[in-house]
Amino acid sequence: MISFLEEWSFFGGSILLILIGLYGVITKRNLIKILIGLSLMDTGVNVLLVSLGYVENGNAPILTSIIKNNSGAFVDPIPQALVLTAIVIGVAILALGLAVTIKIYEKYGTLDISKIRGLKW
Amino acid sequence: MTLLYSVLILIMLISGIAALVFDKLLNSIIAAGFVSLMASALFYFLKAPDVAMTEAAIGAGLTTAIFVITLRKTEGSESE
Amino acid sequence: MRFRNILALVLVVILGFFILQAFNISPEEGQLVIDEFGEAEIENRTAKLYINKSVNSSNQKVVYAESKNLESGSANMVTSVIANYRSLDTLGEVTVLFLAATGLGAVLYSNKKKERNFIVDEGSLILKTGIKILFPLLILAGAYIFIHGHLTPGGGFQGGAVIATAFLLKFLADREYELAEHKLKIVEVIAGISFVGLGLYGLYTDGSFLSNFLETGTIGTLFSAGIIPLIYVSIGLKVGAELTSIISNLIEA
Repeated sequence: MISFLEEWSFFGGSILLILIGLYGVITKRNLIKILIGLSLMDTGVNVLLVSLGYVENGNAPILTSIIKNNSGAFVDPIPQALVLTAIVIGVAILALGLAVTIKIYEKYGTLDISKIRGLKW
Repeated sequence: MTLLYSVLILIMLISGIAALVFDKLLNSIIAAGFVSLMASALFYFLKAPDVAMTEAAIGAGLTTAIFVITLRKTEGSESE
Repeated sequence: MRFRNILALVLVVILGFFILQAFNISPEEGQLVIDEFGEAEIENRTAKLYINKSVNSSNQKVVYAESKNLESGSANMVTSVIANYRSLDTLGEVTVLFLAATGLGAVLYSNKKKERNFIVDEGSLILKTGIKILFPLLILAGAYIFIHGHLTPGGGFQGGAVIATAFLLKFLADREYELAEHKLKIVEVIAGISFVGLGLYGLYTDGSFLSNFLETGTIGTLFSAGIIPLIYVSIGLKVGAELTSIISNLIEA
């Protein structure tokens, strides 16, 4: 049981978070709930990427006055650089989506996508 | 240690499901902020301090703020 | 439950099984295998070259506060990946953020002079008196984070987010706070031009865009690592100005 949790907890948990977000985007009818599902998918992908580079008993990838040279084991720094960019792009897309939502509410008066003309399931 | 990580991941998944199930939109926005807080703690345990700082500042702070500002402008407080 | 919900649930579960198959591939000849959790081998990955700072040369040992004139020169390895080895991707990401902020300003534009309906309640007394002390301290903290990006965890994006949080608190404290938006635009434009200008100057002197043309001193001191602190200062100011203008446009219209 402990070994199963050790091996699969991070990967399985982040993939489940991606699938929960995907279910929210497909099924829900309120526009703000669709955008919340999109934000959950972003968070799940970021956790999955950082957990692919973890080394057991590794150190954080910074040289300080305590860890003086690079002969120890370091955690992989490349997925962390990718995820830094991905977080900022996620918030930029969310801001633009919310601006379009404000304009849709001003025109149609509701946020329910089955009542807005042109977005039928 | 592994039990601590598993409990944090379980809390993250439960609040992720709760963010889609709640009726009032303000409650589900706060649940989404809670998912981001748990992800920031997980980034700290995965020995990645840069990413944890970025997720805490942008994911838990600014995302919740712009969701609440949009909610006050559209006033759709009950939903499906 | 409706039929559509059950169909979506079945589809998501099938997709989950397909994704989990990628972690179960048995190693054959020449096939890419995902390592198990916690046992990533750095020896077989590109990160080995970045940790030893030896992409072009053959350096093998890096000592804090002693090694001079290395290839990258910053003590924070994630910073040296973002701002030195892969700075072209950072330029693309700054472009995406600029596009989103400008698009938001264009979507929310309205030339009807409607009065500003107050979407925030009046701030409490603690917030109003506290923000007068906290506002310059928060901007100072954000500037510290992006100036020391090559020595401690931090950098341009984190410092910019802290600066935007300071302006958000000022909006929440006072309902009628008007932000001088043209000053923000001037800061953002100068920061953006200086980032591309550093790259073009590197092209002029060294022959490749965004090359490190200043000398990298001793690793671990403040004035080291070439043009990495200059890049991070311009990114920090640009991201802070853009996130502030996003929040200001959303509140005022």
